[in-house]
Amino acid sequence: MRYLPLTDTDRHAMLGKIGASSIDDLFIDVPEEARLDGTIEGLPNHASEMAVEQHFSNLARKNMAASHHPSFLGCGAYRHHVPASVDHLIQRGEFLTAYTPYQPEIAQGTLQMLFEFQTQVARLFGCDVANASMYDGSTACWEAISMAGRVTKRSKAVLSSGLHPHYVSLCKTMARFTGDALSVALPEFAGSDTKRLLDEIDGETSAVVVQYPDILGRIEDMSAIAEKAHENGALLVAVVTEPVALGAIKSPGEMGADIVVGEGQSIGVGLQFGGPYVGLFACQQKFVRQMPGRLCGETVDAEGKRGFVLTLSTREQHIRREKATSNICTNSGLCALAFSIHMSLLGERGLRELAMLNHAKAVQAAERLSAIDGIRLVNENFFNEFTLELPVEARPLVHQLAEKHILGGVSLGRLYPGEEALSNGLVVAVTETASDEDIEALASALEELLS
Amino acid sequence: MSEINKSGWKPEMFEERRRGDETFTGNKALMLEEALIFEIGDIHTTGVDFADAPPAASRLGGLERVRNIGLPGLSEPEAVRHYTRLSRQNYGIDLGVFPLGSCTMKHNPRLNEKVARMKGFADVHPLQPVETVQGALGVINELAFWLIDLTGMHGVAMSPKAGAHGELCGILCIRAALEARGEGRKVILVPESAHGTNPATAAFAGFAVEEIPANERGRVDLEALKARLGPDIAGVMITNPNTCGLFEPDMKAISDAVHEAGGYVYCDGANFNAIVGRVRPGDLGIDAMHINLHKTFSTPHGGGGPGSGPVVLSEALSPYGPLPFTERHADGYITLVEEETAGDRHPDSFGRMTAFHGQMGMFTRALSYILSHGADGLKQVAEDAVLNANYVLRNLEHVLDAPFAGSGPCMHEVIFSDNGMADGFSTLDIAKGLIDEGFHPMTVYFPLVVHGAMLVEPTETESKAALDQFIGALRSVAERAKAGDESLKTAPSFAPRRRLDETLAARKPKLVWTEPEPAVAAE
Repeated sequence: MRYLPLTDTDRHAMLGKIGASSIDDLFIDVPEEARLDGTIEGLPNHASEMAVEQHFSNLARKNMAASHHPSFLGCGAYRHHVPASVDHLIQRGEFLTAYTPYQPEIAQGTLQMLFEFQTQVARLFGCDVANASMYDGSTACWEAISMAGRVTKRSKAVLSSGLHPHYVSLCKTMARFTGDALSVALPEFAGSDTKRLLDEIDGETSAVVVQYPDILGRIEDMSAIAEKAHENGALLVAVVTEPVALGAIKSPGEMGADIVVGEGQSIGVGLQFGGPYVGLFACQQKFVRQMPGRLCGETVDAEGKRGFVLTLSTREQHIRREKATSNICTNSGLCALAFSIHMSLLGERGLRELAMLNHAKAVQAAERLSAIDGIRLVNENFFNEFTLELPVEARPLVHQLAEKHILGGVSLGRLYPGEEALSNGLVVAVTETASDEDIEALASALEELLS
Repeated sequence: MSEINKSGWKPEMFEERRRGDETFTGNKALMLEEALIFEIGDIHTTGVDFADAPPAASRLGGLERVRNIGLPGLSEPEAVRHYTRLSRQNYGIDLGVFPLGSCTMKHNPRLNEKVARMKGFADVHPLQPVETVQGALGVINELAFWLIDLTGMHGVAMSPKAGAHGELCGILCIRAALEARGEGRKVILVPESAHGTNPATAAFAGFAVEEIPANERGRVDLEALKARLGPDIAGVMITNPNTCGLFEPDMKAISDAVHEAGGYVYCDGANFNAIVGRVRPGDLGIDAMHINLHKTFSTPHGGGGPGSGPVVLSEALSPYGPLPFTERHADGYITLVEEETAGDRHPDSFGRMTAFHGQMGMFTRALSYILSHGADGLKQVAEDAVLNANYVLRNLEHVLDAPFAGSGPCMHEVIFSDNGMADGFSTLDIAKGLIDEGFHPMTVYFPLVVHGAMLVEPTETESKAALDQFIGALRSVAERAKAGDESLKTAPSFAPRRRLDETLAARKPKLVWTEPEPAVAAE
């Protein structure tokens, strides 16, 4: 077996040193009835690298890769071009095969990168500090609500109707067990639910959670919500599922958000059928000791040289156990590295150019598609994603488009099954990867299918 | 005093040599210092070229970002050099033995990286129509089959994102099952040797946590456990093999007692590597167990993740497992059971615990690992992992205190303590001494039940020669600590940094880079 270096001669010599007559002697603590004779049933024996690779090639061919077809799917995961150097660098063995940096003297590479990542995320979100990553945007969202509960010592969160339905679903799961009260609502084409949010904030509210841009792609100033929340002693949690947007539009921090969380997949990580992604988590300085997750901080070594360590770990499970701010241990280190490398390559100039390119393409596409007979653009404003109201149910149409080898967007019927008011909605994301021909292909296909 | 050798060695010469050690740059040949991106990049530089944006009227609703964000950019050569230099300040499995106990730092096969990057997996959107992702769903379904078969359990939840998230999944299943029975049991029992994630998870899910003691053989005290069982106990969380590297021989009896008292058994599967292919947790009465794909199944740890923590479930808990999951039909077509179809297919589910379907990129890697090894290879994995750990134990038990060495063999990891070191010398000094010897230290000060614990997990992917060198190095460092060799107190001497001031970092947290104060001009 190519991954196992011991030879039978080694094994024999080592058993001798141990004083065991056979390997079974080392498993004597396993009760007789739980010991397997021979190998596990039902599974084949080892296979060559070539055979395994072939197996995966066969499986991979059964998938329609977004890069091979016009693709307009978003709703929390976005296809962007990732520079080749990003994937090359994250595969350096010293990054790829390192552990959580518990021994800082030989983990400065990971630690310095995390310090840079934290700074990038904090600045992008308009916050003072950020942590070293969470699993993904959805879990970061619940962690933010949970943290707001600790800060305010309250347990009633108001969720915007524009929050990703998977995120809402996860929050409902957790709230059911923690006893938190959640106020939720369905999105409406008529407009956002800012008024509802403002009405619902009261002296019991721990957090107001607003997605920006929202699930339908709409963007709206959240300053008024921040103001009302703060007047009532509540926190504003902003959720960003498309961080590229923040190269074009104001950061949530600038509009008064106290905690900003997000999905970082869009920068550096790739689609990967939903994971692994990278949860971004930032907040204002005064809440830092209530933050979940790892934090990297600057310090000096015994010779006075600058160095970095994991810090404020008295918040964390390995020290605080049941009193920790979260149970998270492993996070998304390598995806955070990919994010950070891509962001360093972009820089502010590149991020702004990328954002403007996304926006301009989306505006063009929205104009072209909403000009089709019977299609209405729901959004007044948007970044790179917008919702179309079709004259027919969107869900079957998405399958018809797929038959034409076009990944035409996410139907709201998929996200909100059974909700008739939304069932004609199609959410279309247009990034820099969509060519003019792709947009035209989608438009022509829609014209044909709707005629 | 004799006149001979009166002057001795002039200390100034030493000082001169010291000065000669310093270089203009601070670099030392291949050991290269690297500034922060904020010090080498600027906001006008970019390493990415874009086509010009087509003309279009803004639809941003007046929310344009006007102020500088403060994100420095690097050209591609600068970026490649920056991250390459940083990488060289890291230790990884690719460099040498990484015996971090309970973390299973084994070789990461590169085939797995290759298959995960195939366009058909890497470039697939999670919300694509299911008919366009049959291969991806096939990977999830196939891995699920293997995990069930290897553990002898009834079902598996694939979506948890890492070990602790898997624990949460299992504990929520227990909550949901108790609710379905109309019971409000509130206490989870956790051995004092448990990973910190266990009590943190139970608390995160709204349970109270109580510790159960270990016996002198490092195992759960069965009688103490039985005495605490009762109508308020929701369940137990037990790590098996446990964090002392020992198999819990009473596991089945523990499970039976907990079930008898109406509770459920959660097993922390962090140490599954020791028994994979040889023992099925399902035969031990376990109700839920997470499997760290980044441990047993070799998906790379990446400097702190991503992980993946599928949870295998017993027949009693399977109905409560999370959404979504894959369902394979008689004709081979695979569909997803999500919120929409849950009502028919999985009505008692506790719900969703993440967006989308879980860590797909880790599923491809883990499945590739499993297929490469096969049933025979996986059994060999467990055997070699256990053999390597016992080899370390028996080579070092006369040099280092090994508290459970007398109670028989260990499993895949071996625990030592700092008992017997010279005054003022501890586990930390041994760990830092190992760094100078070119090894990543073992897990230190965990589990808490052993004073000054050193938990060594060599894994099966170390050769005998590599182990012999590691054993020699650890013996040498341990002997220095016993002899009170002061130079050990300042180790490491040869790493990119000397010991770092963690107290300073925590007292005055500096978590982001800020512009330095402008220097005051000289008079």
